[in-house]
Amino acid sequence: MDLNYSKNHEDLRAEVRAFLDEFGAQSPKPGGGRKRPDQRTLDWQHMLLERGFCARTVPTQYGGFGAEPDILEAAVIAEEFAGSGALPGLSNQGISMLVPTLLEVGTEEQRERWIKPTIRGDIFWCQGYSEPGSGSDLAAARTTALVDGDDFVINGQKIWTSSAHFADMMFLLCRTEVDKGKHDGLSYLLVPMDSPGIEVRPLVSMTGRAEFNETFFTDVRVPTDQIVMGRGDGWRVANNTLKHERMLLGSPEKLMNRLERIRQMMTETRIDNVALIDRAEWRDRLLRLQGEVIAAKYNNMRIVSEQAKDVDPGLKRLIVKYSGTMVAHRLSALAVDVLGQSGLVYDPQGEQLEDSDATTWLVDYMYDIGLIIGGGTSQIQKNIISERGLGLPREPKVAAAKA
Amino acid sequence: MEFDLSEEQRLFTDTLGALLNDQVDLDKIRAVAEAGTGLDPELWQQMTELGVPGLVIDEAHGGVGLGVFEAAIAAEALGYGAAPLPFAATSVMAPLAIATLASPAQQSALLPSIAGGERRVAVGLQRDARFEGNKVSAELDAVIDAGGATDLLVLASDGRAACVSADDSNVSIALQPSLDRTRPVATATIQGADAEILVGNSAAGVDSVIDAGRVMLAADTLGAAQRMIDDAVAYVKEREQFGRAVGSFQSVKHVCAEMVSMLEPCRALVWYAAYVQDTKDPEARSAACHAKAHLGEVGRDVARMATECHGGMGFTDLLGLHYWLKRIGADRQLLGAPEQCRQEAAVAQGWIGG
Repeated sequence: MDLNYSKNHEDLRAEVRAFLDEFGAQSPKPGGGRKRPDQRTLDWQHMLLERGFCARTVPTQYGGFGAEPDILEAAVIAEEFAGSGALPGLSNQGISMLVPTLLEVGTEEQRERWIKPTIRGDIFWCQGYSEPGSGSDLAAARTTALVDGDDFVINGQKIWTSSAHFADMMFLLCRTEVDKGKHDGLSYLLVPMDSPGIEVRPLVSMTGRAEFNETFFTDVRVPTDQIVMGRGDGWRVANNTLKHERMLLGSPEKLMNRLERIRQMMTETRIDNVALIDRAEWRDRLLRLQGEVIAAKYNNMRIVSEQAKDVDPGLKRLIVKYSGTMVAHRLSALAVDVLGQSGLVYDPQGEQLEDSDATTWLVDYMYDIGLIIGGGTSQIQKNIISERGLGLPREPKVAAAKA
Repeated sequence: MEFDLSEEQRLFTDTLGALLNDQVDLDKIRAVAEAGTGLDPELWQQMTELGVPGLVIDEAHGGVGLGVFEAAIAAEALGYGAAPLPFAATSVMAPLAIATLASPAQQSALLPSIAGGERRVAVGLQRDARFEGNKVSAELDAVIDAGGATDLLVLASDGRAACVSADDSNVSIALQPSLDRTRPVATATIQGADAEILVGNSAAGVDSVIDAGRVMLAADTLGAAQRMIDDAVAYVKEREQFGRAVGSFQSVKHVCAEMVSMLEPCRALVWYAAYVQDTKDPEARSAACHAKAHLGEVGRDVARMATECHGGMGFTDLLGLHYWLKRIGADRQLLGAPEQCRQEAAVAQGWIGG
């Protein structure tokens, strides 16, 4: 155990701090829901890319900073940005999920073509995984892509496609090998969203906003080289992508940030002229959550330390999505309770306008439930934890799924 | 930055774990529980040879010269094995109190024999112990590690501390059967007994000793709860009902997943809390309070859920699982229940006035 950082890491920390001191005011406000990055956000992203504060280990020929992989450097940068309240580099499904996947298993041509515009924010991606009939059972996907000449021809329907209404591209899990089994019949394709035959219909969530969509494919053609890895490798590629998504969803930085905001609210909110922080029953709820948040924070540091040594963190990584999203929801629930009856005012503005504190917390309170379900439900996470992490036997199969 | 055990730390905890696995079987646990002494002399001797009583005592006084962190990973191993031994008070709180609060002469008089395993010091806390010259009087309840104790250390919250001999005719220690039969609790009455009054007189010093004790109890629960999960997982893989291993039912495997989801982050929390005791970080106190409180909560849930996984057998004496459940229960109640510890964490962070 040594929680001191090396001189190189402390130098990097100083560099990030100096940058944030000088330019932090130019940062767009974090949050604001899913929307296409505006010019200010793009300018900010380009400043960060230039200094290696995002896409740090992406090789320079793909538009990155080209640093050697050093997970502690990433942790130092994340800590400093979290502490300053500035927007860290863009985080979306293209950057967080597709780019690492292409770096791992993409072809040279795919990396050169897609990574640079993606990390610069010029190309925005959405994820085509779930279908009405295949949610938790993702591998049962029925959307087909059949070869016709030099093209795949895609037919079917995807659901919960966040950002599809403004995305340029989709990474799509679909069935190319109809004569093969459930898992090895799938492929992972890269599909332009302006292709003829794609129709996007917004889906309004319980927050009242259209955060995601249904996406329909009717004879959509993409060239056969727009595939990541080979035909039938889609399940492997998709799982690789999901691993990146789950760590993102359970991130402890968000929990720490929320805890501090709630604590401040509890010093300002009074009942009978006594601040909630001075009321034992309220305070104990906050402190109980603080214990969970601290545990999550240091569990994450343990994961980072092991990844830096190329050790698979195993169980401690597998639990992050399930436990992180549950704690997040308990935090937003406490915030809503602190807001009390005046916090019932729910008046979400459009995508470009800022919401009131109460509305923001209520959106989180609802959106958190979406995150508990999305990216693999808590129940699926518990299957993964117990089967892959603890070696418990799988549920016997009732019958082979139909392709 | 490395948030992990070093090679030496891993070797130490593996060695200790292997020894406990080899030496502490259910028969031994039952024997000590039956006797009610909380001390197996043979095991104590083996621990002494490994340096456990002198872990946190400096080498000049015959100890190993390690810190609260190494003591915490030892506590985790002891909890995992349900080792019937004094530890939190005898091998951590007492030596730390003496190192922090005693004069050099007092340290030389007390520490080497603690490191050597001959002197076993129980610890009792009291707000208003009476100190008169070289004599002390106190009424103590919940004395920790009193089984087999040769000495008793009285810690007063105002910072005063005194060590008395358990054999003194003015000291009466009454062992009481505890929920955790392997580690008795005791009351003690001290009436003007001759005492080694520690000269340090520091409330902050006494607090740091209590913090270290809390980290030990949290680490003990971590180990005990991990053992209960390991046993439960092994059991549900073996036990068959409806023609298949019960661990293949999602209702059962999800309970296992919930247990590890709660407990695994606790390991990082305990390590952090132990580490900052050694570095004297400003977060030392709140981290110790949080570790104690959170492990108390998680430990209770894990103990129940792991027992449930064993079905009716989990409730029997036959399996002995209850020794770990009770150990976790005792850890929770000693040195402040979770609510009390969280209250102190709030004060330590300046969120409310003390």
